[in-house]
Amino acid sequence: MPEKPGEIQVDKEIDARGSFCPGPLMELIRGIRAIPVGGTLALLSSDPGSARDIPAWVQKAGHELLGVFPEQEYTRFVVRRKR
Amino acid sequence: MENRMSLIVFSGTADKLMAVATLTSGAVAMGLEVELFLTTWGLQAFRKGAAQTNMSISKDAGEHGPALLEQMRKKQVPGWLETLQQARELGQMHVYACAMTLELLDMKLEDLEPIVDEVVGVATFIERASESRITLFI
Repeated sequence: MPEKPGEIQVDKEIDARGSFCPGPLMELIRGIRAIPVGGTLALLSSDPGSARDIPAWVQKAGHELLGVFPEQEYTRFVVRRKR
Repeated sequence: MENRMSLIVFSGTADKLMAVATLTSGAVAMGLEVELFLTTWGLQAFRKGAAQTNMSISKDAGEHGPALLEQMRKKQVPGWLETLQQARELGQMHVYACAMTLELLDMKLEDLEPIVDEVVGVATFIERASESRITLFI
């Protein structure tokens, strides 16, 4: 997994900071559906539930988690749409 | 057994409906089909336009009720009906109204929010719930 967020090119970024469980996950799902298979998406979330919820959904939905980057007040999740 | 969650929505207070909406979203996100059976106060809460003014909190909250409402307002938590509408866009969800409650409250399907799909009796719901992985009474 890459060390720094800047090392991954993303096609789209969604800022879900300030949104509560399950808001960020819902935004991620909508965002993934809006990009083509193979595309990448970054999601910013300040919801503490996302740390577990987002990887769980990505695995269940069959996509690829490219990186999880904790920042000061939020976490940046980078996902590739696989199907 | 179906990959489905069935919720019996008996309560009509905003805090419990928020739990209903959050569980529904999570289940839909994780690929479960969700069915809501609205009955009694839970059904009354789905009367057209009622959601916007529903500021009631369950008795369980005791003196903390007003503080919770204030926090929900301050943190701009989306309303439960809005959350349910978003859940519907993401996956499979079905909302049933309890026939007996409709009769008691002198209401028809047309008096309810459009998110409510159809009127069924308890037997239909039980038959569906008996095949669901998760069934909760809220």
